[in-house]
Amino acid sequence: MPKRTDIESILIVGAGPIVIGQACEFDYSGTQACKALREEGYRVILVNSNPATIMTDPGTADATYIEPITPDMVRRVIERERPDALLPTMGGQTALNIARSLARDGTLAEFGVELIGADLAAIEKAEDRLQFRAAMEAIGLDTPRSRLVGKFEEAAEALEVVGLPAIIRPSYTLGGQGGGIAYNREEYEQIVQNGLRLSPVNEVLIEESVLGWKEFEMEVIRDRADNCIIVCSIENIDPMGVHTGDSITVAPALTLTDKEYQRMRNASIAVLREIGVDTGGSNVQFAVDPATGRQIVIEMNPRVSRSSALASKATGFPIAKIAAKLAVGYTLDELDNDITKVTPASFEPTIDYVVTKIPRFTFEKFPGADARLTTSMKSVGEAMAIGRTFAESLQKALRSLETGLCGLDPIELPGTEGGEVDRQRVMAALSEPTSDRLLNVAQALRAGLSIDEVHAACKIDPWFLARIKEIVEAEARIAAEGLPTDPAGWLAAKAMGFSDARIGQLTGHDEDTVAARRRTAGVRPVYKRIDTCAGEIPSDTPYMYSTYETGMIGPDGAVAAENEAEPTDRTKVVILGGGPNRIGQGIEFDYCCVHAAYALSDAGFETIMVNCNPETVSTDYDTSDRLYFEPLTAEDVIEIVEGERSRGTVLGVIVQFGGQTPLKLAAALEKAQIPILGTSPDAIDLAEDRERFQKLLHRLELRQPENGTATSTEQAEAVAETIGYPVVIRPSYVLGGRAMEIVHDIEGLRRYMRNAVVVSGKNPVLIDSFLRNATEIDVDAVADGTDVFIAGVMEHIEEAGIHSGDSACSLPPVSLPEAIVAEVKRQTGMLARGLGVVGLMNVQFAVKDGEVFILEVNPRASRTVPFVAKATGVAIAKIAARVMAGEKLAGFDLPERTPGHVAVKEAVFPFARFPGTDIILGPEMRSTGEVMGIDRTFERAFAKSQLGAGVVLPESGTVFVSVRDADKAMLVRIAGDLQRIGFTLLATSGTADALEAQGIPSVRVKKVLEGRPHIVDDMLSGRVHLVINTTEGAQAIRDSFSLRHTALTHNIPYYTTVEGARAAVRAIAAMKAGRLEVAPLQSYLSGSF
Amino acid sequence: MPDPSAPASSPPGATGALVLADGTVFWGRGLGAAVTRVGEVCFNTSMSGYQEILTDPSYAGQIITFTFPHIGNVGANPNDLESTTPASLGCVLRADVGDPSNYRATRHLDDWLKSVDLPGLAGVDTRRLTRRIRDLGAPHGVLCHAPDGRIDVAALQAMAAGWPGLEGMDLAKTVSCTQTYSWDETLWRFADDGSGDAFGRLDAPRFHVVAVDYGAKRNILRNLASQGCRVTVVPASTTADEILGHRPDGVFLANGPGDPAATGIYAVPELRRLIDSGKPVFGICLGHQMLALALGARTEKMHMGHRGANHPVKDLETGRVEITSQNHGFVVAEGSLPDGVTVTHRSLFDGTIEGLKVDGKPVFSVQYHPEASPGPMDSHYLFARFRELMERNA
Repeated sequence: MPKRTDIESILIVGAGPIVIGQACEFDYSGTQACKALREEGYRVILVNSNPATIMTDPGTADATYIEPITPDMVRRVIERERPDALLPTMGGQTALNIARSLARDGTLAEFGVELIGADLAAIEKAEDRLQFRAAMEAIGLDTPRSRLVGKFEEAAEALEVVGLPAIIRPSYTLGGQGGGIAYNREEYEQIVQNGLRLSPVNEVLIEESVLGWKEFEMEVIRDRADNCIIVCSIENIDPMGVHTGDSITVAPALTLTDKEYQRMRNASIAVLREIGVDTGGSNVQFAVDPATGRQIVIEMNPRVSRSSALASKATGFPIAKIAAKLAVGYTLDELDNDITKVTPASFEPTIDYVVTKIPRFTFEKFPGADARLTTSMKSVGEAMAIGRTFAESLQKALRSLETGLCGLDPIELPGTEGGEVDRQRVMAALSEPTSDRLLNVAQALRAGLSIDEVHAACKIDPWFLARIKEIVEAEARIAAEGLPTDPAGWLAAKAMGFSDARIGQLTGHDEDTVAARRRTAGVRPVYKRIDTCAGEIPSDTPYMYSTYETGMIGPDGAVAAENEAEPTDRTKVVILGGGPNRIGQGIEFDYCCVHAAYALSDAGFETIMVNCNPETVSTDYDTSDRLYFEPLTAEDVIEIVEGERSRGTVLGVIVQFGGQTPLKLAAALEKAQIPILGTSPDAIDLAEDRERFQKLLHRLELRQPENGTATSTEQAEAVAETIGYPVVIRPSYVLGGRAMEIVHDIEGLRRYMRNAVVVSGKNPVLIDSFLRNATEIDVDAVADGTDVFIAGVMEHIEEAGIHSGDSACSLPPVSLPEAIVAEVKRQTGMLARGLGVVGLMNVQFAVKDGEVFILEVNPRASRTVPFVAKATGVAIAKIAARVMAGEKLAGFDLPERTPGHVAVKEAVFPFARFPGTDIILGPEMRSTGEVMGIDRTFERAFAKSQLGAGVVLPESGTVFVSVRDADKAMLVRIAGDLQRIGFTLLATSGTADALEAQGIPSVRVKKVLEGRPHIVDDMLSGRVHLVINTTEGAQAIRDSFSLRHTALTHNIPYYTTVEGARAAVRAIAAMKAGRLEVAPLQSYLSGSF
Repeated sequence: MPDPSAPASSPPGATGALVLADGTVFWGRGLGAAVTRVGEVCFNTSMSGYQEILTDPSYAGQIITFTFPHIGNVGANPNDLESTTPASLGCVLRADVGDPSNYRATRHLDDWLKSVDLPGLAGVDTRRLTRRIRDLGAPHGVLCHAPDGRIDVAALQAMAAGWPGLEGMDLAKTVSCTQTYSWDETLWRFADDGSGDAFGRLDAPRFHVVAVDYGAKRNILRNLASQGCRVTVVPASTTADEILGHRPDGVFLANGPGDPAATGIYAVPELRRLIDSGKPVFGICLGHQMLALALGARTEKMHMGHRGANHPVKDLETGRVEITSQNHGFVVAEGSLPDGVTVTHRSLFDGTIEGLKVDGKPVFSVQYHPEASPGPMDSHYLFARFRELMERNA
């Protein structure tokens, strides 16, 4: 069937900010969908509040609405654009929920918008637990025994049916949020209560536990003609009980006989048909009882997902792109397989390698959070690796994670201390699903536990355990025998996936020595192609992974291992990506890498991307000219570059766009005489090195807060004494403010030095004077060695001291005097020239009492680059990439214009996932993503940024205020505004006194420590609509924790800084003055992009 | 400097080799039976179902390269067999075979290979071998497993070079049954209630089908039984009179190995009479090729053949695409079909003929394997179509 001609314009809804459970994968799918539909001539309208995406580039869609993804706002987009159709399957749960609510409230019918890809009935059947169960029953598929509970009182009865342990799944929440496993009645009641609250429809499903069963996923595609294909099967190494996003997974499924696999295939296709997914991709999850083979359907997602992104990267089959084309009427056989170009998309990819995905966690940033893995997703990112065998792909995935592992590194395992092995304790440790479980498994095998014992404890399939045991045994051999002495020995170790670093660890050599010896033995990786067909059909698509292979004897003698890299004779630029997402390094850096690839391909270079994050646009095979899906380690990257420079010219490597990950490789690359493009690693080091940087500032006569470095506690105390408390303290060379703290006294300093960091001569701590009540400014610029282009000056909403990644900011600045803006621009220019920056640079300033201080300079891509590009319409990452490759700024048309609009960036936090942690902001970054609000005034842009971040500001009601003394003066102004626009104020005694003194009435309420009824009671009763709470000092923070915790768990909007509160109150006033309207980004940016 | 990743003439630790007629040698670690076998080297791209593949009689004369690196994960069991004695000659693998893990496994794959006298070779860059087959065609080769490592490459090369090849070879008679037997086992059923997974039994047959065994896979017979057919399986050389003497409601022409032209010499005259009899006839794989020959078409050897479980085939009558299981190295030649015969299915990989029917007669066939095992069951409907023809013809 040809494409539909009865529709001309299609609305695509994105997934919004990066949160746990929804990350870059929806930029990847959304971007593919936009491109695919525009290619077919449709007008594409996009709504997504996340500026750090490729999909919101003004060139990706015809009309791009960077607006909050709420039913109201999307309705306004529909009012304005009158699309013919809405494609709801590309933006995760967010888009599906929006589509569902717009369909149910009649908006879509009112404006004649057709849901394509999945209709309302299909969405509801898939999402509604009861309907889903009934549907499965209708087609004879098994599901876990379960009961739906809508009131807490029904929970006990459900437990009778299901029994303990029981799984609790709230309806319509993201990534299983609020769900869990209850092992006892108390736990059960607590999780049910929480789940009922978090579910937007106040409904939870209580389900029979299938803990320990094997878990599988099938990625299915169906077209209008009912052709169905399985793109990929995925097996979770972590058995049932751990959310699939938190599980280590492999593709394809490895432990099923064909009969079982085909049964699962039939079932998944039956599920799509029954649910009514007429076109597009879906994911169906199964649990399999390892003892009997009983298969049960767990759930299905009638949309593209994290798993479909993984399946696309694992096979080379672009699920989202194909799904978009199927949604407009094509059938699979009418579409090409992009990789082979000679076969159709109507086939099932078959692969000749093993893919392993390992999630990455960030528990260290959320003290108090429960680090056990459950059915509620907690990981913030993932790495994927490809190898010819499971062992190779597993070990590559472990080092791709960038958590310091170079393989199955040893770990301290309870029950193995002091050489004695307490099997009971080891097994108890293994039974607990944690982010380190696989390492624990390896350690237990090292300690002599049998595969049966380990399996009994952790339920990981014995096949995987046996492979891990083989790795552990190989480690022991390497450790005993030392470095291999012949090529065969090297090949054997490398083919199992051992990194040079791990071999070095085992044999007591440094990595360089291992690499040198290996190369002397002539053992080098070869590259194989991902071709969707296991080599059956020739493929010209250079999507590659490394492996170690044996050679053969040809008719004319020995022939080396086959290498399919086939480097070209072109001039090449290698772009190193950012690896797995983590807090502080995520989609923003992928955006920069993608832009570098686009810009340099356009400029005529061959672009070569190296990355290992399966969620991203950068790892799409058609983003760059060539793609290596490889770990970002010195060994892996150097091998790639050396292969590439065996033919043609490698102009250089871009290490400044992927965050800290590639930067860390700069020294090793330089040592291997691989040119680094743009700002030299030495200049980057100069900016990071306190002493060198200070000298530069002296020379330029620029100021920074009093500061010093220390390599011991004594030194730190001395430095802090000189500077004066409070001080900001942090380790050097970190991103995202890891372990950064403001300490107020010597006790705090000592505690920090004792607990937070390991310092050494190589890793000093940096100590800065903390500027109170200073305004922080971020500046992004591009420099070419001569000229400097100031791309954006952003004023932070929160005061200096809150991590810049966690603060909201406004572009252009909202309150800074012209003279200050001019001064920071001047200083940015001086710094760029002084450092010799060629490419991107970010400077953070603090302004206190009219004086400008330099906080930090980063001569590399910053987190704000995509925001600046969206806010100003200047694609600075593209320009920077071309400058790095040799062009001059003078050659670009770069007018410094004053925009007629304001863009506000707001951070989005994962606190709801980690209920035990405090939500107070500080110098350590904890946000996972960001949104942008754009409008003609600051107030309205800020309102949109809050709405986009999920904060629904009240327009009337009661505001609770309780602030520290330092904030009381500012609070008086805010409270006055609130009162004027009709809010009732509720205040604790000290704050109430301060307000009263200024003639502002408030209702007094007790603090939690003052007895009941107290503020938390009011909040729980729904009498508080906004919370403004600032506090400092360990004791006060502890005392007020329950207040903030309640706001968090009960979705009451809260502000923990007085500046944030002030902006929010201005926004509320603006919202009351007139409803928020939507406008496409293109209408704000008159110029070219 | 010679590349060290290319092994010397007799690398240490090598206990097996695949030696091709042109002198190419892939060294590796032998597994399974310690024997030497000569044949055509092909590859199969299925990621599951290795035991079914190794026991598919159509692989007679062939050494199978598995493109998926991990084979043997789910061990071996007595139910995933497509014949009692494997006709394939052995397997070439990328990774060593580890202990199995699956509730259906009863033994280690290595152990099973030994029991059925099949050699294997692990540690080979199977992707390279696959690409070589793709580019240069399926070579003649010798698979040798010698636990003592004593492998005489020159002798093996001579053996490979001296092998006559599949063209002109009638292998069907070597794998066909020698005596007529009846079949009533139906498809595999998973019992989730703990009563035990098992094949079923046909208790109330509605039709009687005679299946001509050119090398039939058991799952074809099971599919027929599951459609309500009592099956009488007869040897490949059975005459039309004998077949019709069984008074069947329909005649089924099974899959099988070798060159269809060679088997056709004795089979075609009988098939012509069966077609003329007016009985419904359904052919699969070699059965399809036999039918085409009987109708006057030609068959030819393919460059590398189709072997896998992911091949898209379009039903030209419905427009639907089926994902099919395939295993054939010969194909019905394009343009050789006479008038009155319609092409019903085509491969979406290379456009080759995948199915045909005789206009106005209850006679049809497909090149691929609708019985799956291994592979997708998308095409099971063809067995129902055969039953419907018998219903209409009754």
